[in-house]
Amino acid sequence: MAAVAARYEEFKKLDTVVLSISTDSRFVHKIWQEEELSKMLPGGVPFPMLSDAGGKIGSVYGVYDEDAGVDIRGRFIIDPDFVVRAMEVLTPEVGRNPDELLRQVKAFQHVVATGEVTPSGWEPGEVTLTPGPDLVGKVWEVWKP
Amino acid sequence: MSEAKDGCVTPAKGPIMPEATAAPTGVSTLPTQEVTRMLARVGKPAPDFEATAFTGKGFAPVRLSDYKGKWIVVCFYPGDFTFV
Repeated sequence: MAAVAARYEEFKKLDTVVLSISTDSRFVHKIWQEEELSKMLPGGVPFPMLSDAGGKIGSVYGVYDEDAGVDIRGRFIIDPDFVVRAMEVLTPEVGRNPDELLRQVKAFQHVVATGEVTPSGWEPGEVTLTPGPDLVGKVWEVWKP
Repeated sequence: MSEAKDGCVTPAKGPIMPEATAAPTGVSTLPTQEVTRMLARVGKPAPDFEATAFTGKGFAPVRLSDYKGKWIVVCFYPGDFTFV
């Protein structure tokens, strides 16, 4: 979560809102910010830190672990029409990759803006595909893994 | 925003179900199963919710649908003061 916060300027450039959420209370969020996060990141976490008391929201998003009583690591990309575009859920031991999260946001924004589709691992500036009858069987001509 | 008034027992709404799946008239709470069923699916509308939040300045309720019209990233994580 702090790693995502460290890249906040990049999310802002993509006009993307970031929200973090855990089962901790907002009071714990405040003290975590003051005691630790503000020492990891200049200014601390720059986006709202939400409290999911009882894991009710996490349950609806499929990330609440009833045995541990916490929301496990899950991140969701939601588009401006309020449709879930992507989700990634990990057990707690492995942190997420903000590079991949940013890449997916850029790819989905490109897809929505252009109607093109992006091949595996696409980064802005790389070749995209325009689905249609002419492309059937010809993907190899324009893109290779 | 009700930042100044926030005490310690102001509950947020939590998950907010669409009208269509809301409880029948006269029943004030949703069946538990309805609340705990996973609803978030790619390509489907995001389940809305309201949560209390620390905003960096104070406390305020945040509703996901307040950000409708923007790209949103929601990051769940296991807990404050953990190690990863």
